[in-house]
Amino acid sequence: MAYDLEFEKPLVELEKKITALQRKGERLKAEELTQLQETERELRQRTEEIYKKLTSWQTVAVARHKDRPYSADYIRLLCDDFFELHGDRSFGDDHAIMTGPARIDGQTVMLVCHQKGRDMKEKQLRNLGMPHPEGYRKAFRAMQQAEKFGMPIITLIDAAGASPGLVDEERGQAEAIAATLYLMPRLRVPIIATIIGEGGSGGALAIGIADRVLMLEHSIYMVAAPEAAASIIWRNSAFASYAAEGMRVSARELLPLALIDEVLPEPLGGAHHNYHQMAQTLKAGLLRNLAEIKQLSTEEMLEKRYEKFRVIGKYAYLEAEVPLVSEVS
Amino acid sequence: MAKEASIPLTSQASSSNDAKPKLPDMGNIATKCPKCKEILYNRDWEKNLKVCSRCNYHFKINANERIELLVDPGSFVETDANIISVDPLHFTIQPPSYPDKRTYVEKLQEERNKAGINEAVVIGQATIEKKPLALAVMDAFFIAGTMGSVVGEKITRAIEIGIEQRIPVLIASTSGGARMQEGLYSLMQMAKTSAALARLGEANIPYFSLLTDPTTGGVSASFAMLGDVIIAEPGALVCFTGPRVIEQFMHIKLPEGTVNSEFSLQHGMIDAVVHRRDLRQTLARLLRLYS
Repeated sequence: MAYDLEFEKPLVELEKKITALQRKGERLKAEELTQLQETERELRQRTEEIYKKLTSWQTVAVARHKDRPYSADYIRLLCDDFFELHGDRSFGDDHAIMTGPARIDGQTVMLVCHQKGRDMKEKQLRNLGMPHPEGYRKAFRAMQQAEKFGMPIITLIDAAGASPGLVDEERGQAEAIAATLYLMPRLRVPIIATIIGEGGSGGALAIGIADRVLMLEHSIYMVAAPEAAASIIWRNSAFASYAAEGMRVSARELLPLALIDEVLPEPLGGAHHNYHQMAQTLKAGLLRNLAEIKQLSTEEMLEKRYEKFRVIGKYAYLEAEVPLVSEVS
Repeated sequence: MAKEASIPLTSQASSSNDAKPKLPDMGNIATKCPKCKEILYNRDWEKNLKVCSRCNYHFKINANERIELLVDPGSFVETDANIISVDPLHFTIQPPSYPDKRTYVEKLQEERNKAGINEAVVIGQATIEKKPLALAVMDAFFIAGTMGSVVGEKITRAIEIGIEQRIPVLIASTSGGARMQEGLYSLMQMAKTSAALARLGEANIPYFSLLTDPTTGGVSASFAMLGDVIIAEPGALVCFTGPRVIEQFMHIKLPEGTVNSEFSLQHGMIDAVVHRRDLRQTLARLLRLYS
């Protein structure tokens, strides 16, 4: 275990104490053993307390934790087989999107995932998980293929946003994202999207149209990264924490707003404290939701998927009908 | 999401201009072109559809003016004018050091009074050279034309008019992107409008997208780029990421007008760049060709 986030400071001391005691191993005296057990219990308790009351901004830190499991980790832990597809067949291969058919629990599904990089070299290769247009076009190709062969689609979302470079504009980032938004509502196979870390802006939504949208407990989903939102609203990205609170980015806040369908609980202290447990929870969640969607006929499924997004939005009507722009002076 | 690009008002051009004493309040008589600094008489400028007669700069116009110049006079019938935004997230948090203390609700009220419309898009039905169509026209003067719940809802309803009545749909986009204060609700409007367009497409009804300055962020990455035919006004900022953000991300300086209509045309993202005065005629041709 490693506690290294700002708000986890109270836990660090306890952890140190535990490590020191554990290091004694066999030589541990009886009273030290009780001490160890007690400290461990206290650590668990304190962690629970802290994690129960995470603010939106603290959740952002957990969702971006450097040790948080990424899509490739889940693929390794969930799938019996995975064959990665490469390239969009028109320009290139984008490593920020990982996609391909996979075996999970005896059935073939099409995985479409963002992949951030762990070390410097991989981060560079994968552009920090921010896809280029060719990444979305690769995803498009894979999803069309999934429909052709009747494979359910499982997407794992973990991107701060789409890549914001000049080359991306040249190759049509806007069109690449819009195209998947146009495709996904009509795909005649079940789709489940899960936000496993960061879900930011159109870059995340581009693989996020689904019959079920799940979120890991400490993941975040937002219209723009808090830094970007703050610089738009208050002209200063230093106000990011305020933007995060205001936009209600955490899974816990989004569930009651019916913007997502389900929150999958994370291991104590966040997904990075227990990859295996997290992967098992995710797998169970995916399979359960998939089984539920498969109960529906294709037409019912498509109608429900359309309705799900059609009804999102809050508005009111002005009491009196005010004469408006139709008359031009 | 990109905010609109600011046009630098400090020009390197004609130092003689700067030396002159400042003009008295030009108020209702003249307007200065922000691009070439030409002083334009309002009467001529308005007659020229608010396009600079010297450098062809297309000024931003509001939804009202846009509808007037696009459709047959008197043919526009507005629907759903009375839908207004609420504050779904109770977005009242403010950095204590930030001077502007207006909440989202207060801003909305102010914008409604100032812009004279209830939200950043006006929808309805009209005819262009007698050809009927469903219409959604965005307005950049209402919170920078940003898309929240209401904009998404009204755009979707305009598309639904097209589906129900089997008439083509025209959306004139202008937007700084998604509206931050409505958080994920705003993002989901991209999904909603795109899904509605997919249904329009399944019904084989044409959708024409008109991009005007600026069309950026979540709007460009959804309905704006999904047109069967996409046309843009000259020099309009058209991009997913605004130039300011690209510059920050890449640590470079972009020449002015890098990501605009002409750039998009050159890179194969849109079908035509059309001068404002030719828009109605062009749309009429398209309506005939795609009927």
